[in-house]
This record gives sequence, C-alpha cells and structure tokens, in this order.
Amino acid sequence: MKSSSSEAVMPSSLSSRASASSADSSRQEAQTAHKPRRNDMAWKWLFRAGVSILVLWVLVPIALLMLNSVSTPEQITGWPKTLTPALSFETLDFFWHYQGVISALGNSLLAAVFTMVIAIVLGAPAGYALARFVFPGMNAYRMIIILSRAFPMPLLALPLAVIFIQVGIDDSILGLAMVHATLALPFAVLITSSLFMGIPVELEEAAWLMGCNRWQAFRRVVLPLAAPGITASAVFAFVISWNEVFASAILTVENRTLTAFLVQSLSESPAEIKYAGGLILVVPALLFLFAIRKYLFSMWGISNR
Amino acid sequence: MKHDRWLPYYLIAPSLLFMGAFFLYPFIQIFAEAFTSSDGNVGLANFTRIYQDFNFWPSLKNTLLLTGVVVPLQLVLAIGMALMVTRMNKGRDSILYIWTIPLGISDLAAGIIWLAILEQFGFLNSFLSAVSVIDAPASWLNYQNAFALFLAVVVAEIWRGTAIVLVILVSGMGLIPKEYDEAGQVFGASYWQRLWKITLPMLRPSIQSALILRTLLALEVFAVVMMLGGSDMPVLMSETFDWQFLYQQTGAAAAYAVLIMLISVVITGFYIKFLNVPKEAR
Repeated sequence: MKSSSSEAVMPSSLSSRASASSADSSRQEAQTAHKPRRNDMAWKWLFRAGVSILVLWVLVPIALLMLNSVSTPEQITGWPKTLTPALSFETLDFFWHYQGVISALGNSLLAAVFTMVIAIVLGAPAGYALARFVFPGMNAYRMIIILSRAFPMPLLALPLAVIFIQVGIDDSILGLAMVHATLALPFAVLITSSLFMGIPVELEEAAWLMGCNRWQAFRRVVLPLAAPGITASAVFAFVISWNEVFASAILTVENRTLTAFLVQSLSESPAEIKYAGGLILVVPALLFLFAIRKYLFSMWGISNR
Repeated sequence: MKHDRWLPYYLIAPSLLFMGAFFLYPFIQIFAEAFTSSDGNVGLANFTRIYQDFNFWPSLKNTLLLTGVVVPLQLVLAIGMALMVTRMNKGRDSILYIWTIPLGISDLAAGIIWLAILEQFGFLNSFLSAVSVIDAPASWLNYQNAFALFLAVVVAEIWRGTAIVLVILVSGMGLIPKEYDEAGQVFGASYWQRLWKITLPMLRPSIQSALILRTLLALEVFAVVMMLGGSDMPVLMSETFDWQFLYQQTGAAAAYAVLIMLISVVITGFYIKFLNVPKEAR
C-alpha cells in the first residue's frame, strides 16, 4: 500500500526505485543504466539553477561593495553607476587619510586581540574541565554558559558605561574588550570542551605513567593536538569583537573602534568613507572565516545543544 | 591524586568570576537603573517616559514586524539550502563555504553593502534605469517610502542572517542517523514523504535552537537599520542607542533594554513550549 502511494506522488522515482536501494551512488547507477527520464533532467537543472542563484545572491552584493571601493569618489556619488569602475585607489586613499580612521582601525584591532586573549585564557581551562571531569555543579555551569549565549549581551554595555566611569576605565579599549569577551567566552568554553573531548584521555594517561604531571601531560600531549582547534576558536572570538557594533558605539567615544566610528559619524561622513570602511570591515572577517571554515560546523553543531 | 577533586573548580572559577562581574552584575544593575528615575525615586517613571515618546510604538511595531517577517523566511530558505547541501556530491564544501560567508560579515558591513545597492544613486536604480523601468533615480530609503524601506531591511537581514540558521540545520542534519531515511526508502516512501515524516521531525531540536537564536538576534537588529534607514525607521535597539548616546538618559535607555529582554524571554518561552522537543529526541 505504501509503495503504491509513493508511485502516485512521484512517478519519476519508478525508474530508479527498482535498483536504487539506498546510497546516492546506486541511484546514479540506476540513472546511467536506464535512460534518464525527462523529469529527472528537469529536476537536476532546477537544482543546479537554485544552487547557482543562491551562490550569486551571496556573492554579488559583496562584489558590488568591492566595486564601489575601487571606484573614484565621483563615480560613487555619480549617476548612473557602471559595472566598470575606474580601478583607482582614490577612495581607499581618502579613507586612510580621513580624520580618525587609522586610530579607529587600531582600536578595533586591539579590542579584538584583547577579546581573543580573555576568551581563550578563561574559556579553555573551563572547556578542559567540562571535557575531562565529572563534578557536582557541572550541568549547572554548562546551562549558564549555553543560556548566556542567547542573551542580548550588547545591552549590558548600558550599565557598564556607568560602572566603567566609576572604576576609571570608561572610553577604554580594555573595558570594551571585557564586554566583547562576555559575548565570546561562552563560545570558547563550548568549542574547547568539544575539542578536548575529541582527544583520547588514554594519551594523557600514558604521559602520566611516563612521569609527567597533569600540567606537563597537558602541555606536551593535549595542547599540540588541540592547538588548531584552539586557534580556530580564538579567531572566532576575534571576529565576534571585530564585528560588534552596539556595545562599541555605546562604550567608546574618543577611543572609538571602526564600527563605532562608522555608526557615530553616519550623518557627517561622506559616502566613500562608508563604502571603504565597509570593505575594511568585511575583508579580514572573510579571510579569518576562510581559515577556520573546517571548524565552523562542528562549532555550531555542538554549541546548539 | 587527591587534589584532583578541586581541580575542575579551579579551572572553571576564572570564567565564572568573569561572567559574574561582566554579565550578572550589569544584568542586575540594568534593572536597578530602569526602575530608578533621574531624581532617585524607585518606580516606573522611565517606562512612562519612553512610552510617551512618539517613537515608542513605531519602534516596537517595526522590530516585531521585522522579526515576524524575517525569521520565518530565513527558516524556510535555510531548510531548503540545507536539503540542497545534503544532495550535493562534488563542490559541497565550496558551496557551503560561500553560503556561510555572511556569517562573518558584521551587521554594519551588511548595511553598507545593501546601501551601495539600494541607495538613490545605487546599483539597483542604475540597473532599473538601464533597462528603462525608471527614468530618474528614485529614492527608496526614506520615510515617504516606508514600505520600500522596510523591504530593504528585510532583504538585507535575510541576506545576512540566513547563514547562521543554515549552519545549525546542516550540523543538525549530520546528527540524524542515515538508517531512518534508508528505512523510509525501503518502504517506498517518496522524497516528500520522507522529508515531512522523517527529516523535519528529526531536525526539530536544531530547528528550535536556530529559531530561538535567530529570533533573539532579530530583536537586536540595529546597524542594518541605522545604515539603511537612519532615523526614518526606528527600532528598539536604535531607540536604546539614541536615549543613551544622544539624549544621555541612561534610565530611559535601561528601560528599553529591560523591554527588549522581556520580549526575548517571552518569545523563547513560547518556542520552548510550542516547539516542544521530546527528551529522547535531544
């Protein structure tokens, strides 16, 4: 009864169903063995078209931004736009020499590095504890970490702005990095804990038997194996800070980051500053994500439960 | 090793202390600020103040409407993309990388990217004029074209925010044992039947976490709207920013923050209750 209903729904599956038991490879065999149905071909082209359209949907807007930033300022404000830019560095050059850009860029970089260091130095030990020990309070700790990930953290910049004035670290990159680290720390804990779980505990035990203490075994055996993954989560922390807008715009005034600079000078800065700034924001993030693309899925896979 | 019993606590202590100082303390402080008026009285003065502001209802309406439109579209699009990914053989990794690129792009940069396309002298108008749909550059992104502006933000948000849903769903699909789908095939279930009866129900935990995360992020929409609409399209976060940064009224800003948290909690609770994931499916 079940098979008859499936034929009614999708007759095209008949041709392949005979020999296709399960895997994709056998389905391909079935298609080469029999003459492919027109319907199958149509689906195949529809599939390819859909994939291509979605690839273009992601890439074309970025390409257009890049196009804008290698156009002259006259082209950017001119009409109509062409797809053939002047290939000039005038816009980027103007951006570099615009008041406050260099220091904003430096501040963004500094905040991101601070965030990275705080998130890893505090997060990796906790990740190791979650991976290697079973202790009372473990699940509560894990819950806190997972829940805090879904919390609108940037809003906490509001009270911290007041607190930072009292402590004397207002308008400082270190203060901002603390806020960014609360965003990045939960990710660092979850990512490193899954990393350490993937490294067999037997390796460590072997090192203990050979006379290493816990720290030595960690440093000589676990750390080299975990290093690429730890680097990936550090890069992720960097990108979180680099891209953050709201807390940066609230907490930095004189020492503003690039995102804060772009938001705060929205109305007075010329268009070319926005586009060049957008490009400078996008490029490092893209490079970094490319470097850690391998880890992206395991990262979200584990951290989503 | 006797001291081992305390070792895990030493290891988690720094992160706990840090989260206590920079998460818990400001969290309490934000409520204290929201419920304390500028003359030091405890009460709802800050809330009546933002409520009476003419931007309150528009910002609330815009934020909720945006969330209600963007999140379902993103979910459907991401499910479609994730299903495409599972049917790919060669080129899977490259296409997946390209599709997740927006994950690394800041909301501010995404706003700038779409500004380049949608502004009055942007690429869209240039294209429309080249194919002679319009004669003169039209300005879409202002309050006179509220609907076009809203649409622009929706497009930019879908462009930027779908990747995170996709990543969660793709890694969730990797967790579904292949045997279920194969069993479905053996019993002759069609692709659509297997999708509705096997894949999507098995994917429910991932769909739930993707929805929660994405909805909370949608409620925090800020930089995209600032870039595309400026003050022409107020949202809750931009109002929070204005009260804090422009008007220097920290109490009113804190009241907005409390409101945003409250909506987040209510919606998360709603998802957990109505997208109930059975224990054994986790």
